[in-house]
Amino acid sequence: MTATLETSTPAGPARRHGLIERLLGIVWIGPAIAAIVIYVFFVIVGGASGFLSIPGTAGWLNTAAELGIIAVPIGLLMIAGEFDLSTGSVVGAAAIIVALGTGFYGLPVALTMSMALVMGIAVGCFNALLVSVTRLPSFIVTLASNFILAGTSLGLSRLISGSSNVSLKDAGWAEAVFGSKWMFFNVSVLWYAVAIVIAAWVLKQTPFGNWIFATGGNVDAARRAGVPVARVKLILFIWTAVSSAFVGVMSAIMYNQGNAAQGQGYVFQSAIAAVIGGVLLQGGFGSVTGIVLGTFIYGIVSLGLFYTGWPTDWLATFIGALLVIAVLTNNFVRELALNRGKRKS
Amino acid sequence: MSALMTLQSVSRSFGNNLALDDVSLEAYPGEVHCLLGDNGAGKSTLIKIMSGVTPPSSGTLTFDGRPVAFRSPRDAKAYGIGTVHQDVGSIPLISVARNFFLGNEPTKGWGPFRRLDHATANRIALEQIREMGIRRINDAGQLVGTMSGGERQALAIARALYFGARLLILDEPTAALGVKESKIVIDLMIKARSQGIALVFITHNATHALQVGDRFTVLIQGRIASQFKRGEKTREEVLNLMAGGEEFDAAGHGD
Repeated sequence: MTATLETSTPAGPARRHGLIERLLGIVWIGPAIAAIVIYVFFVIVGGASGFLSIPGTAGWLNTAAELGIIAVPIGLLMIAGEFDLSTGSVVGAAAIIVALGTGFYGLPVALTMSMALVMGIAVGCFNALLVSVTRLPSFIVTLASNFILAGTSLGLSRLISGSSNVSLKDAGWAEAVFGSKWMFFNVSVLWYAVAIVIAAWVLKQTPFGNWIFATGGNVDAARRAGVPVARVKLILFIWTAVSSAFVGVMSAIMYNQGNAAQGQGYVFQSAIAAVIGGVLLQGGFGSVTGIVLGTFIYGIVSLGLFYTGWPTDWLATFIGALLVIAVLTNNFVRELALNRGKRKS
Repeated sequence: MSALMTLQSVSRSFGNNLALDDVSLEAYPGEVHCLLGDNGAGKSTLIKIMSGVTPPSSGTLTFDGRPVAFRSPRDAKAYGIGTVHQDVGSIPLISVARNFFLGNEPTKGWGPFRRLDHATANRIALEQIREMGIRRINDAGQLVGTMSGGERQALAIARALYFGARLLILDEPTAALGVKESKIVIDLMIKARSQGIALVFITHNATHALQVGDRFTVLIQGRIASQFKRGEKTREEVLNLMAGGEEFDAAGHGD
């Protein structure tokens, strides 16, 4: 899956691409190679202690799935040239809404879930509105909303229930939809698959996808071409926030509790996964396949380190180093792609 | 032959600042109207008015014999006014075809399965830019960033013409280009002119202007300093007129 359109029938004399050159033309070639190398590394080092086993595989896939449901829309938003650092609080707020509503007040879970998702829509609108009205960088705007929302859900949760942690005993039908397992695989893996298919379809196959690339690539040129850039951003901010709310709902039901302070890890993890997956920080470039590979890499490293028997305290160090290497590699590959076929004058 | 677009006594002020003062000009089909002048002479304001970005403070616009008042660039576009900007094709990391159809994407299918018609987009984009004489591009999936400056201008011009532009406004299309690259753009303008398109060519470069210009308007400080047709003034006179408002690039007039 590349960011470009495939030609079915190239007009004129077909250019001869070497295999290497052709591979370098694939947007997600960097993360694909990285994922394979890292996977093989942990198979060698941690394979004996169970990295390759079904629980081991389910472990990293579950991690990747929960992160990915947020990271994929975050990646699209980043391709459109914006950031969202409020995802963490949305996860926490959604979880506590469901836990308080259903666990504390005994409201039907369908209602509290809807409330959580509507909260997501509201946060997305708020972020988009603030970005377009104030013209402040979304980095700052969403950082602010992350804090505002985190404080609010913590405060309200303690005010209502006396605790920031509320248990949710029986979520009824929702347990099967969001909390079930097959062997060791969480149902979140299936939800992630759905999220991937939708995002890939939108980015690759719809005019809206083209607008995402253009908005991030050059917002003025996009506007002049008639792309409704404010609407593109609004939809992506809502998409991101609703996806985060979804993960919050899912975790509350899966773990039978909601915590207003949970989810902050997603704020940076989702952006890291997108960047490792080849999304350009300045926007205008990236692919869903790449982002998915980025979440796989994150999952493999998180779980793989556990199976090596090394102290997992070093996880963040490992991820940080990986991030730097990923950015440099992706820049290099992109330069190669751009120079390919450029006329020397 | 009647003018495709006419500006009659157009003025535009921003606060107390009169950016454009009583400017009239005509753009004819199959002709290149060169707009010359220094930075701040009012050229940008003039093209903003012609392309629907800003309305004039006073004066009238006529398109195709009817008075018009554009509400937006989209509105002007609907009339058939295409604007090619300096930073055209500056979405370097998307493909030629995606760039070409940006904002006008062809789709197939229905409902939630309505999707980009990649095959059609690729075929038409490639056809159109090859039509413009850009033969080096043979893959519509190629990133625009791999194209040269002249080729990107060609893409933008091809795009404007394909989507029905009858009046093409070119804002300094050769400003950032080398000699060979400029020639590509000049040739394209000649081609568009021969197809009966009305062109408005904004430039600093007297050589380029004299190569293709049929009519000339020189702006100095928002006013028309001179307006003439091809052959009415010598090269020296044009250069002097332009120098009246600016110190022109010595490289620009020495061929």
